[in-house]
Amino acid sequence: MFAVFRCLFIRDLLLAVRRLADVLTTLFFFVIVVSLFPLGVGPEAETLRTIAPGVVWVAALLASMLALGHLFDSDFRDGTLEQMLLTPQPLSLLVLGKVMAHWVVTGLPLVLVAPLLGLQFDMAPSALPILVVSLLLGTPAISLIGAVGAALTLGVRGGSVLVSLLVLPLYIPVLIFGAGAVEAGISGLGAGAHLSLLGAILVLALCFAPVAAATALRISLE
Amino acid sequence: MVFGMAFAGINWFKYASPASFYPLAGRMVPWFAALAVVLALAGLYIGLFVAPTDYKQGEAYRIMFIHVPAAWMSMFIYIVMAIYAALGLIFNTRLSAMMASALAPTGALFTFLALWTGALWGKPMWGAWWVWDARLTTELILLFLYIGFMSLEAAIDDPRRASRASALVAIVGVVNVPIIYFSVQWWNTLHQGASISFSSAPSMAATMLTAMLVMSLSLWMYTIAVVLMRVRCIILERERHSDWVAELMMEAR
Amino acid sequence: MLQVTGLAAVRGDRRLFAGLDFLLQRGELLYVRGPNGSGKTTLLRMLCGLVAPEAGEIRWQGEAIRGRCERYLQQLFYLGHLGALKDELTAIENLRISASLSGREVSEAQALQALHGMELRACEDLPVKVLSQGQKRRVALVRLLLSDAALWILDEPFTALDQLAIDRLQAVMAEHLMRGGIVVLTTHQEVAITAAVMQVTLGIRRA
Repeated sequence: MFAVFRCLFIRDLLLAVRRLADVLTTLFFFVIVVSLFPLGVGPEAETLRTIAPGVVWVAALLASMLALGHLFDSDFRDGTLEQMLLTPQPLSLLVLGKVMAHWVVTGLPLVLVAPLLGLQFDMAPSALPILVVSLLLGTPAISLIGAVGAALTLGVRGGSVLVSLLVLPLYIPVLIFGAGAVEAGISGLGAGAHLSLLGAILVLALCFAPVAAATALRISLE
Repeated sequence: MVFGMAFAGINWFKYASPASFYPLAGRMVPWFAALAVVLALAGLYIGLFVAPTDYKQGEAYRIMFIHVPAAWMSMFIYIVMAIYAALGLIFNTRLSAMMASALAPTGALFTFLALWTGALWGKPMWGAWWVWDARLTTELILLFLYIGFMSLEAAIDDPRRASRASALVAIVGVVNVPIIYFSVQWWNTLHQGASISFSSAPSMAATMLTAMLVMSLSLWMYTIAVVLMRVRCIILERERHSDWVAELMMEAR
Repeated sequence: MLQVTGLAAVRGDRRLFAGLDFLLQRGELLYVRGPNGSGKTTLLRMLCGLVAPEAGEIRWQGEAIRGRCERYLQQLFYLGHLGALKDELTAIENLRISASLSGREVSEAQALQALHGMELRACEDLPVKVLSQGQKRRVALVRLLLSDAALWILDEPFTALDQLAIDRLQAVMAEHLMRGGIVVLTTHQEVAITAAVMQVTLGIRRA
């Protein structure tokens, strides 16, 4: 069973490497959105420092959400997804493999680039590690929750806008605790509580999202 | 809704088929509509004339008699909708899926109403049209959940896939609502210190509570009446190729 | 053996078929015929368990397949309209990965040999997207050959194949049936199989 998980994980990484453009667009979107805020709000350092955690987090959410289109679509269109439903292996395991590969390719780059963006907003250097950890816990949860939305809207017209409508309300707790962790760190209150809650959400997502996404895939492929 | 009727000896499973539920629903609608009107009049009378003027908020607080029942009903309807959705998904019963679809627009309407009345209350109370208080923000998110449900169902052409997909959305939503509520509460207390909150509203005089309960009951009766009417339309639409609907159309000519 | 009783299908609003019964023993081939849109693909997908029937039951070796019977899926191979090949992977990679996902091991040498058997040379290391439609279908057929499934469900497998490949596929099917396998097939072409052939025709209105 683990062999199958690993096979699918590696397959998806291989496919992403051969279609690098898809991967990089997510990252560039993240950077561009973050850069829009100072242009909209004004360059005063104090304002930017205050809004920085929220801005970086919202941009990460939106970038992750945009990337959801790549998760199942190509497999759906060439028939490999159908074949995955016909293997004796548990579908939730296959979904987990795909989502993890998807996160490595779309979520992890965001985590790595975020500190640079934090510096752009003149964030306190002590807050940067907290930003990274919060995104490290939060982005996999976002990918997992988003997978359910992506699975439900397979092949539906207007799918990407619909996914955002379905999935953004569910992202709100992750956003609150993620951005809250960074703010708590900055204000000296300690980010421990926020990060633990983020961790708890990640664990819940790991347990339930693959099953929900597998159910959604079966519904979509009927 | 059927649980509320404790008649013994009637084979309720017969009514699980759309064909038999259709006439039953038709007969029930006028009763619930009448109850809704009567209770609404009673509730509004108590709320507007009998309940005392609040010493802090004056007369403006009376909008609460619509805001609070609407908010309660919006959450109650979401839960009932999720239950019907789950039943439809697990047992594959068409009528459960139809009930879930019928409930959604009314739930969304009450959520919308709760948000507007919340704003109308907020302005005289706090001087702002919108306050990011935990409960109002959760109502807003609930509205998004309703709209997501209805949009997904509308976007999928195949009716079976549409009802099953939106059922999953409802179930995932209902599981997440407590998590969302808790996180919004947390966010709110951290940022505002809980000074502004609709829950710390006027301490309830007994008449105020009575008025709110009566209004809630009235909205519940309204919901049942409207949802039954809507589900009849949905039944006709989805079962339009079956024989009994064809006969009905013949008779109607 | 595959047994179907009282199967009915509804697609959107249309009732495609109802009251379908048949029993397939080892070594038998079922040829599903019917005009376009009569529900052939739906029937095949129902046999795979992808679509739940409106009514009726499907049993494999006496056990109902509902609820994702793992044993059934292990013995099943489905070839649909879509080739189930990833465009960015090479033919060999596609074959080895799809075998892995079904829980089997296929070495590079085995994959190469199978591809040569289908007259696919010098393109094993190219990404599938540069292959012609006919070549892609042949790679999909090699996937079939490398599986050890007992039940083959093939939806228009002869599409885009030249005469040589068609003959090869028919020979392969005959061999499979002789070894006790079962084949369910839809196609618009005449099938030249001498083994026991059963026919089901969809899209006829019963009087």
